[in-house]
Amino acid sequence: MYQFNYERPKTLADAEALLGKADDPKILAGGQTLIPTLKQRLAMPSDVIDIGGIGELDFIRAEGDAVMIGAATRHATVAQSADVKKHNPALAALAGSIGDPAVRHMGTLGGSIANNDPAADYPAACLGLDAKIHTTRRLIEADEFFKGMFETALQDGEIVKEVTFPHPEKAAYMKFPNPASRYAMVGVFVSRGPWGVRVAVTGAGQNGVFRIAEMEEALAKNWSPDAVANIKVPATGLNSDLHGTAEYRAHLVTVMAKRAVAAAG
Amino acid sequence: MPVVSMTVNGKSASADVEARTLLVQFIREQLGLTGTHVGCDTSQCGACVVHVDGRAVKSCTMLAAQADGADIVTIEGLAKNGELHPVQAAFREHHGLQCGFCTPGMIMTAVDMIRRKPDLDEETVREELEGNICRCTGYHNIVKAILAASREMR
Repeated sequence: MYQFNYERPKTLADAEALLGKADDPKILAGGQTLIPTLKQRLAMPSDVIDIGGIGELDFIRAEGDAVMIGAATRHATVAQSADVKKHNPALAALAGSIGDPAVRHMGTLGGSIANNDPAADYPAACLGLDAKIHTTRRLIEADEFFKGMFETALQDGEIVKEVTFPHPEKAAYMKFPNPASRYAMVGVFVSRGPWGVRVAVTGAGQNGVFRIAEMEEALAKNWSPDAVANIKVPATGLNSDLHGTAEYRAHLVTVMAKRAVAAAG
Repeated sequence: MPVVSMTVNGKSASADVEARTLLVQFIREQLGLTGTHVGCDTSQCGACVVHVDGRAVKSCTMLAAQADGADIVTIEGLAKNGELHPVQAAFREHHGLQCGFCTPGMIMTAVDMIRRKPDLDEETVREELEGNICRCTGYHNIVKAILAASREMR
């Protein structure tokens, strides 16, 4: 790791002030991606602003027809939350499938979506559930938030505060994890709710998470695994690496979508 | 340089460290507690698992500064009054180790999983060990030891 200056503010206001003053800062939440990145010297921030100690970012609230989750809430906390399990069991299961138990004790919702790893799980839940992302400056729709591989709509110094997940009528997430890294080779989140039907795919796209309109239309007419069984996704724009070709991932998308609809019931 | 203070195995520890110091470096190099191992150094293998405020974490993927004010337990903190912790005793009894390198992390992970899930079955143990790698591939006896300890501790 290169040297950096470390700060651990207690409030969001202090964190914003520190970010404003720093030359080239990075926000540290749970650190499960940032610390490995720093260790490999793939990043050289002047300042690391640790928001992991900000109490106002660590909460889960069920209100009306949605669950609100603070950005610094750990994956393990989301996975075990009675409110999330009751209103959005697919989201609780997704959080409980990230990494391994020790990673889930540190990793956070805000960190996952702000990093937007193309194989991360939470982006699929946000896009697949029409989530609203609240930052220190504005509200961003999930459709507008994820901009590409490791890229989001966040501006310099803007911090994710919470994510609002509306309750789905039906939802499920199915992933095919890479057996070594546990990252999604392909993960598909399907849902039906007041927003209609959504199908969001992670792990496959070169530009990160994306929706499949053709599957959404088919499922809106007929919510059953058969409705998506024959919808093929083109391999163009999908990841190809030593773990699998783009064609293999394209095939997996249909398989995972089918299994997700079956699991959602 | 930040001053970090924490409680480690019941004793307070405090030092001036570079901000980039990892928790595992602090534990091993500053405090001389070398029972916590560094295996892969890439968050995969779990040899470095310790408890931070009662939760198992990978100490190679946490800054010492993040643990400021925390209560840490390492493998050295498990035995009490010369008596092995039931999980340590079960690993000995069931031969849950071969070379022993992964053992501290396996045991810290096991103690955490038994606390969270008192009614463990074999499938759950194997799932919960996802973040711990035994390069001798001695998983069979590790799982047996954890199941035996969890029955013992019920």
